[in-house]
Amino acid sequence: MSAAIEDVVTEAPAVEAVPKRAMTLGSGTSLVVVLLLLVVPLLVKNFIIFQMTMLLIYGLAVLALNILTGGSGQFSLGQSAFYAIGAYTSAILMEHFDVNYALTLPIAGVLCFGAGFLFGQPALRLSGVYLALATFALATAMPQLLKLGYFEKWTGGVQGLVVTKPDAPFGLPMSQDMWLYYFTLVVTIAIYVFSVNLLRSRSGRAFMAIRDNEIAASAMGVDVALYKTLAFGVSAGITGVAGGLGAITVQFVAPDSYTITLAISLFLGMVVGGVGWLPGSIIGSAFIIFVPNIAEGISKGLSGAVFGVLLFLVIYLVPHGARQFAMVAHNLIGKVRRN
Amino acid sequence: MELFTNQILAGISTGAIYACMALAVVMIYQAIDHLNFAQGEMAMFSTFISWQMMQWGVPYWLAFVLTLIFSFIAGIAIERVLFKPLAKAPILTNVAGFIALYSIINSCAGLIWDFTIKQYPTPFGSAPFLGSQLISTHQAGMIGITLLMLLGLFFFFQYTRMGLAMRAAAAMPESARLVGINTSWMIALGWGMAAAIGSVAGMMIAPVVFLEPNMMLGVLIYGFAAAVLGGLTSPFGAVVGGFLVGIFENLVGTYIPGVGNELKLPIALALIITVLVIKPAGLFGRPIVKRV
Repeated sequence: MSAAIEDVVTEAPAVEAVPKRAMTLGSGTSLVVVLLLLVVPLLVKNFIIFQMTMLLIYGLAVLALNILTGGSGQFSLGQSAFYAIGAYTSAILMEHFDVNYALTLPIAGVLCFGAGFLFGQPALRLSGVYLALATFALATAMPQLLKLGYFEKWTGGVQGLVVTKPDAPFGLPMSQDMWLYYFTLVVTIAIYVFSVNLLRSRSGRAFMAIRDNEIAASAMGVDVALYKTLAFGVSAGITGVAGGLGAITVQFVAPDSYTITLAISLFLGMVVGGVGWLPGSIIGSAFIIFVPNIAEGISKGLSGAVFGVLLFLVIYLVPHGARQFAMVAHNLIGKVRRN
Repeated sequence: MELFTNQILAGISTGAIYACMALAVVMIYQAIDHLNFAQGEMAMFSTFISWQMMQWGVPYWLAFVLTLIFSFIAGIAIERVLFKPLAKAPILTNVAGFIALYSIINSCAGLIWDFTIKQYPTPFGSAPFLGSQLISTHQAGMIGITLLMLLGLFFFFQYTRMGLAMRAAAAMPESARLVGINTSWMIALGWGMAAAIGSVAGMMIAPVVFLEPNMMLGVLIYGFAAAVLGGLTSPFGAVVGGFLVGIFENLVGTYIPGVGNELKLPIALALIITVLVIKPAGLFGRPIVKRV
């Protein structure tokens, strides 16, 4: 099928343009959400606290993907690899070097930032499906690399590593789970604030310019290569911190916890939460944690089918994810104010 | 040298599987402009249908043809019912839809036919082909069928009005609509054809990897890789890509020490990415020129 080489395509960008104002919540709503996240754990059982911790952790990972895809318009199926690097960094530092758990997180973050930045270099040449395939390759390679005999001394090979759960410091009267929850919450809020500010900054505007029109962005003087790799790095760094937190919370790392399934879950979380809407990350994270359980509850044999149907329902009702609720609410409030 | 040629031959015979799947991938990419993650599961389901028919006593080739027709209609039905309403939704939402479809088909097949491995018959027999131990008559038949499909597709796209209309609808939907092509139905037709080609791939692959609900998972990954390597716009490239991936994979497994079965896939993928970094549109794909 050889035809003319010149084939002009003027297609819409893969990721829709989200204005930066629409990427966040108002301060009032944010306050309510934070209060809820602070108070609810005091009222529920330990297992639910554990699930809420996981909610925040996956929320962070989805947020990271959201910065990459919703912010800079690059698509990644390789987030599970960075999550794994972060998790293993934390686990190895804690178990082999006795480093304090809180200190392992920045190290995991920096390491993953580096890994993401480096991976972003070859990824520069690729876009769309090609980038998806490249990141996909990374995700499939990671569990196999972790199983390799050379690293077995550190990674524990197929068996993985067991991580000790930290106690609450200063003799605070709370359970380990609850302490870990609040610790995770603080980290999450810090990273969320950082991300919001990042997207509002000069770099954030550069990301969005690249997302909306790469050629126009470079014509305006945006260093496309630098900002694309930077977006990869930042996203990987945040995912790494989430991975580290995940390792501490689950108390266990093993290669098979970080397969492509995790990367696909994170992707689904982003779509359900709304691409390019940062607060949606937590809603997407809730979807990927709770909906498979609900599906299992409805039918054991057909849990996959029930999950698929639920997912279809969500994308039919709100093709733009949870962001759509926010847009509707925003319009309603606007109308009420005008009257 | 003997080892080398043997490995190439073995690579070609596994490559035929990937080429089959890659052809289906390219077909759907031509029609809808993205990769369908549920493609492998659709093929798997069709293969189970044909298996069921054979269990009921339908002869192989009749079951083959009936399955082709079933898959074609099912593909169109899936597009009309599930994905047409999403036509205006963002692309990433569509991709989530593919994942949902994947999950549904996989789970249903598991419930209907359970997860035990099943033998699947081959119409070509499994004797050594032309005295070579590495390629069986089945694999030779599979290569033959893949090439036949490729030829058929080439004539369809190049010399029929329908093929021309489909190409137009995929390349420039708006202009195609202006000259009176029903682009929405062209997409449905693309789904149907992709499903039918996928079902052929499934029925050819099943005797090699055995029939079970997860049989397509690995094959689809290689199929994607092959399609991307060959260039997503070129069916010919997809077939060549399929054979290349098969050969790559075998050579890597033989000549690089310490590479077990597990590292074959990552290394094959890494090689493909290296190719893509040098030639971003794939080996036979057309580079797309963008107008600002």
